[in-house]
Amino acid sequence: MAKVGEVKLIGAWPSPFVMRPRIALNLKGVEYEFLEEKFGGKSDLLLRSNPVHKKIPVLLHADRPICESLVIVQYIDKSWPSSGPSILPSDPYDRAIARFWAAYIDEKWFPSMSGIARAQGEEAKKAAIDQVAEGLSLLEDAFGKISKGKPFFGGDAIGFLDIALGCFIGWLRVTERTQGVKLLDEAKVPGLAKWAGRFCADGAVKGVMPETEKLAEFAKLIMGKFKAPPPQ
Amino acid sequence: MAGRVVLHGMWASPYSKRVELALKVKGIEYEYAEEDLKNKSEELLRYNPVHKKVPVLVHDGKPIAESLVIIEYIDETWKEGPRLLPQDPYERAKVRFWTGFLQQQLFEAIFAVIKTDGEAQERAVKEVHEKLKVLEEGIKGSYSGGSPFINGNSMGLLDIVVCSTLGAHKIHEEVLGVKFLDPEKYPRVTSWVTALVELPLVKEATPPLEKVVGLLQFLRSSFLESAAA
Repeated sequence: MAKVGEVKLIGAWPSPFVMRPRIALNLKGVEYEFLEEKFGGKSDLLLRSNPVHKKIPVLLHADRPICESLVIVQYIDKSWPSSGPSILPSDPYDRAIARFWAAYIDEKWFPSMSGIARAQGEEAKKAAIDQVAEGLSLLEDAFGKISKGKPFFGGDAIGFLDIALGCFIGWLRVTERTQGVKLLDEAKVPGLAKWAGRFCADGAVKGVMPETEKLAEFAKLIMGKFKAPPPQ
Repeated sequence: MAGRVVLHGMWASPYSKRVELALKVKGIEYEYAEEDLKNKSEELLRYNPVHKKVPVLVHDGKPIAESLVIIEYIDETWKEGPRLLPQDPYERAKVRFWTGFLQQQLFEAIFAVIKTDGEAQERAVKEVHEKLKVLEEGIKGSYSGGSPFINGNSMGLLDIVVCSTLGAHKIHEEVLGVKFLDPEKYPRVTSWVTALVELPLVKEATPPLEKVVGLLQFLRSSFLESAAA
């Protein structure tokens, strides 16, 4: 068990990437100090700890920095092996499947999510939303195959892939609201729709996943600051 | 570890090459299935329906896609033979971090140089140099004790990715007329890459220079044509 002060996490409450290591630390029952970055600026500590990307989250374990959210989650899993359940599956093939989908989420699906906010005009927005929905449909299929009837991708407990995808649920709900669409649609992706509820209700996630209302307010704030000029 | 291992790959794909190198380092026997990317096999499409890309490793009929995922699978499944990732969690995190950087930042930047010309290419070249500078600083900081080679002369995951990203620098020079690996600006990166391409395993897995040059020239002109269209 880590002494208080030995584990610090540099992050910000709205960031889904920051939620990932927070959930992992909670699953392992590891106490940590949350160093909250102020919106709009980057602290000296952050710039020193992650000079390459200058991004959150950064885990500081006995003052050694670890960067990149999923690298951090795997680090946490290996560093506290006897605390809590194993975050990554125990079978190498299952691990490969989990890593494959995590890579898909970060490299293909999440960029399509950010594509919605960036899309200009009705047609572009609809195309962007369709792309996200298509991705969710693939993930629904994966959920069916991987969970094998259990509540989570990880089985009985939250695992690596649950964390990789689940961190985006809050923002998905905000998008549903602001765009007037249903993405975690019980009719189209029933497995994921129910999984999302279970994920957010889990003890390791509850204190970390912000209320949709709070996220929506935050979204309004940043959209206000980064509003694109109207099309000519 | 028994079991039939088949690698679906393509002779010029750096991603495919990474997996080949990993298999060779571990001394794993495997069958190789060359894919024609313009006419992908029914098996490839079945094994990798999400991306429809090489490489795909099939172990006892079970497919794994994504080169970095495959290499970690190889390391975890074949425990005899040299380790591809370090045991220590912090060292593993460093390897994964730099592998991610090479893949998402440096590789992409080099690709941009291949696809563009004129001002756009100038900007892309500048980016590659910026990324190389970061890598040079990173090696200095992360591996101040010496080479990232984890087993003396045996390649690990990070060596494999460095090799597949920068090993073709002479080809880049020939096709693009750009020299990236300046030993004065990037002494550590340059000596690392130079040592890697000299390894017998790497030489074995490297296709003939003219063949790769020819393909790269062809790829570059198709990119430029479709950009101009």
